[in-house]
Amino acid sequence: MSYLIRRLEFFGITLWATLTMNFILPRIMPGNPAQAMLVRYHGRVSPQTIKAIEAAFGLNPQGNIFQQYFDYLRNTFTGNFGTSVTFFPSPVGDVIKQGLPWTLGLVGMATIIAFLLGTLIGVLSAWRRGGVFDAILPPVFIVVSAFPYFWLGLLLLLAFALNLGWFPLGFAYDLTDSINLSWSFAGQVVWHGFLPALTIVITSIGGWILTMRNTMITTLAEDYVKMARAKGLSPVRIMFMYAARNAILPNLTGFAMSLGFVISGAILVEIVFNYPGLGFTLLQAVHSEDFALMQTLFLMITLAVLLAVLAADVLTAILDPRTRDQG
Amino acid sequence: MAVRVVTDQTPLATAVVVGRQGAARALARALVRNRKALAGLSVFGFFVLVAIFAPLIAPYDPTALAFNQMLQPSRAHLLGTTGIGQDIFSQLVFGTRESLLIALAAGLAATAVSVIVGVSAAYLGGLWDHALNLFTDVFLVLPTLPLMIIVGTYLNNRGLLVLIGVITITGWSYGARQLRSQALSLRNREFLEAARVRGERSAYIIVFEVLPNMTSLIVAIFFGAAVYAVLAAAGLQFIGLGDPSSLSWGTMLYWAQANGALLAGSPVWVLAPGICIAALGAAFALINYAFDEIGNPALRPVRTKK
Repeated sequence: MSYLIRRLEFFGITLWATLTMNFILPRIMPGNPAQAMLVRYHGRVSPQTIKAIEAAFGLNPQGNIFQQYFDYLRNTFTGNFGTSVTFFPSPVGDVIKQGLPWTLGLVGMATIIAFLLGTLIGVLSAWRRGGVFDAILPPVFIVVSAFPYFWLGLLLLLAFALNLGWFPLGFAYDLTDSINLSWSFAGQVVWHGFLPALTIVITSIGGWILTMRNTMITTLAEDYVKMARAKGLSPVRIMFMYAARNAILPNLTGFAMSLGFVISGAILVEIVFNYPGLGFTLLQAVHSEDFALMQTLFLMITLAVLLAVLAADVLTAILDPRTRDQG
Repeated sequence: MAVRVVTDQTPLATAVVVGRQGAARALARALVRNRKALAGLSVFGFFVLVAIFAPLIAPYDPTALAFNQMLQPSRAHLLGTTGIGQDIFSQLVFGTRESLLIALAAGLAATAVSVIVGVSAAYLGGLWDHALNLFTDVFLVLPTLPLMIIVGTYLNNRGLLVLIGVITITGWSYGARQLRSQALSLRNREFLEAARVRGERSAYIIVFEVLPNMTSLIVAIFFGAAVYAVLAAAGLQFIGLGDPSSLSWGTMLYWAQANGALLAGSPVWVLAPGICIAALGAAFALINYAFDEIGNPALRPVRTKK
């Protein structure tokens, strides 16, 4: 039980730290968001709008700093994130709603594929230790995982979209089309998403392979594996039901966590491929100094990660009784 | 163990406690024998030489606008010219300096923070450990790239120091966690007990007794942080959060992308700096992995089949 309490303490403190950082950063930095917007629109914004933005940020020059802080917290918890400058006058919430499905679909799928494929390769690589698989793949992926992944995206874009013309240059679907539920549209989405997804899979698969391989090597030396061998069980059964099953825990909790990083994981890939997800939205927010949008995105991203961490902890507690006893 | 990160499960408690002199020599011997380390160190050494002798290697002034724009690679311009007529090869050679500087400085700073936080947490124990551990956990889960982007945007100052600072703030937590676990496993060893009985101060014990026994892990963490720094700097500069007038590989990519180099038929402008970033990152990653193997013999490749 104390395990759960400690985790909740961590959850609360991190959430508080994120919120407070969001509150403090615009105040210690030069300029304020409302002024930034005023400058951006060359003073064409009405005084009412300025007031509204200041209220949304909790930027109320009359109140003292604590009053501002509590206003800010109240606004955040009631879902009042303010107005986007980039997509003026859309509320920040609407802007995020538009980008979210694309990011979840693209990066989520890519993460699941990388996890499944990487874990399987890790199992095989540890099973055949010293074999071809084991000799070539891990070092290759150490090297690949050190590639700047946006650059790998540029390479794929150059080779498969520009030179060979197999895939489109970017965006999530044909711009001549509009979003609808048809097979041809679904085809477009897959076709447009292929290269960005491939970029993510190639650069993230190495971590899954190495972790699985290294844990698997440890479990393969356990007595129960020797016992299974002595009993004459089939190699496939030993590999998956005895060794891999006990070695998968770190990868599984890692997977639960990486789902939380889905939103933030591929910002640069989305930028390279002009993919209309949240990463691309963040870049637009940065370029136009749209602080309300930036802060809300950061809050969402952190919240997603925190929930995933919590899920990973619960998963660990369920799957590995030892963590519960340690407290 | 609070947050579980992918490689958190690697046993770190296998560190062999040896004398100070012996440790350094054993480390050097293990490094030379390890092929991954050798490959990584060679590439790293190559870039260091390029950075030092940049003025001798580069054929032109990297910032001079003396040539035609978007020239294709030729004998006069090995990698062609940029959209405003600078020699790409010269830019690449001089860019090595800043890219290497960022990687080493940010890697060093992040490692220093991890050592201070991680080892203090383990050694002080109790409430300190709890607080520092919580602090580390918070930084471990904060999504680094968005955090870097947001802090970088707010600061509105795109200088080198800001870049290094932002990378340090976001890059120290993973190492701190690893160091804490290893320091915890060392805590009750007899030689530390002996030092305490001798009446040594905590600071002395940490610096002269604990740290030397964690050399290989600290070095591994440094190279891990350097990989992170190389990639983070490249990413930030690529989206325009670096100093656009500075000369580094990430900035080159930014200008290449801003000028639509791929569509304009100058892929070399994008390829060359990317290859350098990848090579430097991979070199650090290989050295890092080699140190992991040295610290944890179970991971070493086996030569003979069963």
